[in-house]
Amino acid sequence: MSAVRCVDLCKTYRQGDQDIKALDHVSIEISEGGFVCLSAPSGGGKTTLLNAIGGLDIPDSGEVYIDGKRIDNLSKGELAELRLKKIGFVFQAYNLIPVLSAQENVEFVMQVQGVPANERADKSNAILAEVGLQGMEGRRPSEMSGGQQQRVAVARAIASRPALVLADEPTANLDSKTSDELMDLFTELNEHHNTTFVIATHDQRVMRYAKRLVRMLDGRIVDDIDQRAA
Amino acid sequence: MRMLAILLRLAWRNLWRNHRRTIIMLSAIGVGVWAMIFMTALTRGMVDQMISDSIKVLPGHVQMHHPDFLDDPSVANRIPYPDAVLADMFDTAGITAWASRVRVPAVISSERESRGITLLGVDPSAEQDASFFNYAEVDGRFLENASDKGIVIGHKLAAKLETEIGKRVVIMSQDPHNEIADRGFRVVGLYTAETSGVEEAFAYVGKSTAQSMLGIGDATTEAFFFGKDYRDVEALFTTVSAATDESVIVQAWYDIDTYLGTMLGMMDGFVLVWVIVIFLALSFGLVNTLVMAVFERVREIGLMLALGMKPASILGQIVIESMLLLILGLMLGNALAWMTIIPLQGGIDISIVAEGMEMMGASSVLYPKLNVGDMVLASGVVLVLGFLASLSPAWRASRYEPVEAITKV
Repeated sequence: MSAVRCVDLCKTYRQGDQDIKALDHVSIEISEGGFVCLSAPSGGGKTTLLNAIGGLDIPDSGEVYIDGKRIDNLSKGELAELRLKKIGFVFQAYNLIPVLSAQENVEFVMQVQGVPANERADKSNAILAEVGLQGMEGRRPSEMSGGQQQRVAVARAIASRPALVLADEPTANLDSKTSDELMDLFTELNEHHNTTFVIATHDQRVMRYAKRLVRMLDGRIVDDIDQRAA
Repeated sequence: MRMLAILLRLAWRNLWRNHRRTIIMLSAIGVGVWAMIFMTALTRGMVDQMISDSIKVLPGHVQMHHPDFLDDPSVANRIPYPDAVLADMFDTAGITAWASRVRVPAVISSERESRGITLLGVDPSAEQDASFFNYAEVDGRFLENASDKGIVIGHKLAAKLETEIGKRVVIMSQDPHNEIADRGFRVVGLYTAETSGVEEAFAYVGKSTAQSMLGIGDATTEAFFFGKDYRDVEALFTTVSAATDESVIVQAWYDIDTYLGTMLGMMDGFVLVWVIVIFLALSFGLVNTLVMAVFERVREIGLMLALGMKPASILGQIVIESMLLLILGLMLGNALAWMTIIPLQGGIDISIVAEGMEMMGASSVLYPKLNVGDMVLASGVVLVLGFLASLSPAWRASRYEPVEAITKV
């Protein structure tokens, strides 16, 4: 079964007097355990597609399926439940809750899911160590650099081991060494836990990690390359 | 429970995120709550005292008369049982705090002036605790027993009559056959009352002396009963009513003095209105604070929604934040009220406006009364209305679209 299936998605935004087609009849299917990079210039539609897959944005037309279940017609509460249980998010900016420490941010989703405190603490400590933030568990976002904050956001997205991770420019604020470490972690999760990754990025190095590269332009998919075959 | 723990933690930390704003809002709520309770304590103290004083003048929480006595308070309308029978009736019913007296309209004359008064024939030993003045503080002396031949009048009445202790006055009233009944009394004491109106109205003579003067044997015109609290006289009323028959009428104090009874109801209504008015003023600040807090956190709220927090939880978080703010404000306000009212419970001298207070039937010393019920009422109103006021910004926050909220600049 495919982890993600989008059928003929269209989404138009109004900007001033102009209608901007963010998604123009986009159809894509991503299998379980897929590692897909969406690449597009700014305004190409990759973030809109990511949001539609995550149930954050409802397309004007078309259908979105996660694990075979149609989600574009779900209520707000049902979408929230779906995101909580199945999807890990890494946003481009403003990723953390300012009044929570790094560890509390990482534990946030698990806490809402009802994971016991001990288990949460073990998982959050381990994942923070994996993203190189050991010793910074108690720091608030305002006490961390942009890169550190992004790593906390990544840690939160993967800590609860979601089946699907949607990441929008996850390496935007990271140096090359940390970017590589992060992508190695994504790769390991993908390979060992069969986690599906859909990553929107401009970063050529990130694209190299992807099994599949989907290029978009003006809201349309213009290229879909299986990089393993290449 | 787990969601509540998360929401409480988020709400508490968000509350102190802008601590200056929170402290200002807390101060406003604290002062508002203090004003609610303090003003209520002053008003409650004043009304309480007015009612208590008036009940002592009546006197009693429950009274018993001949059915026609209140319309025509003459000895013709006396209680149809002698004291000995009354004592048997009330002892059997377990009523202990009661007394009977002769109460008739009369004219008192000195060698210079005459005045219309209410003549009270009392047994000092039976109703000492029920009097509106302390017998020991009477200038001269109070009556020694029911057969005392002296008369005790108020200072104000003595001044009007231009008489004094040791001089004689004449009391004139009507006997049961509508004949003049009169007698000379020597003034043996002058009492002081909270209001000059009372000092002019009542003259005390011995009960037996009055009965003898009026030719009514050992009959009386009024029996009165005391309970523990003037607010709770229903049980006493029922007991007394059950112990008597249709030849007498039993009434609670608020039925005898309807003005006083209305005042008590008005007081409770006034407290509620006062509390609500202050809260309405406070609510603008509260709603403004919450709207600002929500507006500043649009992206954060969007993030939480995106991560899977349900809209209801966002609503809950904002409401909890509001409740925490209100609870802290209530604690501050209640503590302030307690600290300011307790030291003043000995009385606030407002003799500068004594005349005005007397017109209202109040004394020139105000005794604020800290009533736990009023504190609970103020706190309850603030919490309930605060909850309602917080719903609008909380609802707005919960309706955000995650993707729009996250990208909000």
